[in-house]
Amino acid sequence: MQAGVTHLPAMQLGVTHLPAGAILNASGTFDAIAARRAFGDGLFEAFPFAAYVTKTVTVEPREGNPAPRLWELGAGMINSIGLPNKGLIGFLASDFPALIELPVPLIVNVMGSTSQEFGRLVSAFAERDEVSALELNVSCPNVKTGLDIGAEPGGVAGLLDAIRPLTDKPLIVKLTPNCASPAKVALAAEEHGADAVSLINTLRAMALHPDPGSRPPKPWLGGGTGGMSGPAVRAVAVAQVAAVGAVVSIPVIGMGGVQSGRHAHDLLAAGATYVAVGTESFRDPEAGSKVARELGQLSAKSGMIASTAA
Amino acid sequence: MSAAAPERVLAPLGRRRCPVVGARRLGAYVVLTVGDEAGPRPQAGQFYMLAAASRWGGGSDERPFLPRAFSVMRIAENGLQFMLEDVGPGTNRLAELGAGDDVWLLGPLGIGFARPRSGRRPILVGGGVGTAPLAIWADELGASALVALGFRDAAHALGAALIPGARVATDDGSSGHHGYVTDLLRAELGCDPRSEVYACGPPLMLEAVRALCAELDVPAQLALESGMACGFGACFGCVVPTRDGFVRLCVDGPVLDAATLDHVEAH
Repeated sequence: MQAGVTHLPAMQLGVTHLPAGAILNASGTFDAIAARRAFGDGLFEAFPFAAYVTKTVTVEPREGNPAPRLWELGAGMINSIGLPNKGLIGFLASDFPALIELPVPLIVNVMGSTSQEFGRLVSAFAERDEVSALELNVSCPNVKTGLDIGAEPGGVAGLLDAIRPLTDKPLIVKLTPNCASPAKVALAAEEHGADAVSLINTLRAMALHPDPGSRPPKPWLGGGTGGMSGPAVRAVAVAQVAAVGAVVSIPVIGMGGVQSGRHAHDLLAAGATYVAVGTESFRDPEAGSKVARELGQLSAKSGMIASTAA
Repeated sequence: MSAAAPERVLAPLGRRRCPVVGARRLGAYVVLTVGDEAGPRPQAGQFYMLAAASRWGGGSDERPFLPRAFSVMRIAENGLQFMLEDVGPGTNRLAELGAGDDVWLLGPLGIGFARPRSGRRPILVGGGVGTAPLAIWADELGASALVALGFRDAAHALGAALIPGARVATDDGSSGHHGYVTDLLRAELGCDPRSEVYACGPPLMLEAVRALCAELDVPAQLALESGMACGFGACFGCVVPTRDGFVRLCVDGPVLDAATLDHVEAH
């Protein structure tokens, strides 16, 4: 349902063409399997996103970080979840069959601590027709692994050289904001075969234990540091999307504190082709639908940017 | 043997803007009544995410930002009742709401209490604001349930009026038994161990209940609390350690069979 005029690059997700302006979820901010347990089939009848991005899958199972995992901010939150997942074998056995029933294209987010681990994950999903694209988590600040790969252009270039030959599926590189130049990393990703980049991931952040008796002051979160998200990071997202959009010609999936159609419109105007909703889904599980609806109304008014407005 | 988890009542997808139809003070607590004509009838032990529809933010540290989780306390004729205590920026804002204000409501969420295993007498044990889910459960169980509630002091113990006939303990002895509510529980279980315990309260109380029930081999269902961002399994923030690893309280709880826990953690 593409409306309006666009010059923006678009992505082909298997048989589905993802029109510019489509609203996705940010990886790790919407568990469709758990949401179906809470909301039933109503979730499928009004699925909030035009494509679904899974939580990060790693080769081995991960339990995640000890509690507490959340810290509330005035306009957002810090999380230290630690990428809990069932591992590749567990994911394929128990999560995958449920996720391929979703009414939208499936994008699997993967993270390895080495190119070999990434290769194993990418190869495993390359043979699954139900997977429309892969998103590479090279940026999660919650865990030691993954940080270095996305922090500088050479790390991403080397990773893509190793895994690009393994699949024809679109590869999306999820950029980290915690580095000197996301634009340089994005350019390296494009030059070495990425089909799209997504940004921003969470900003590394820390909250101290509120108990004033704690000496020395210790971090509140079980993982020590965490990732900051929500409206507090929106202006950072706009700046980084603009910087990245200025140097790459592949699609940019923009995200960071999006709560409304206006916020999505800003990211599109800054250079994104698509927009993802993350933390706002915690406050309102229909946030993705609301953003898409409002963006559709704005686009109809301005006639500037295409929208799915589904 | 573990209790059969009841089929959960599903929540409509999306939060609903609902009117506050009543707010009354009860000692240290506020009972908020919210009209929810579009929502289904919840089970005892299920919970809702609540946020004020206006001025949600701008309090202490510019918070709140995320909605807050509350067990449903009772189903009244004009709406759902929630029990809250003003202890932070979220509850502070909710505690000042009155008729004419609106809240965002998402729910009912989670898995509630299961009926007692055959032949067992239900004993409901609450601490402070943990009284809330026991009120609706006592309504459903009727006269067979014995209820014991613990509070910090007499001002908080006024909350016991929410469940007529409840026995009371206070930490400072200003009302009822001077001591812990687990003292009352131990005495009751000593009289009749063919019981099933339902408990909700602060982590230290729940741990004492868990340990006592484990010692006496009495089954117990614990309604736990944890900070959570979403309430429907998205954020992975509300995990508690069980014998089978971490579980999310919002979708796998908040009521857990005590036998699945080695201990109840406090933060």
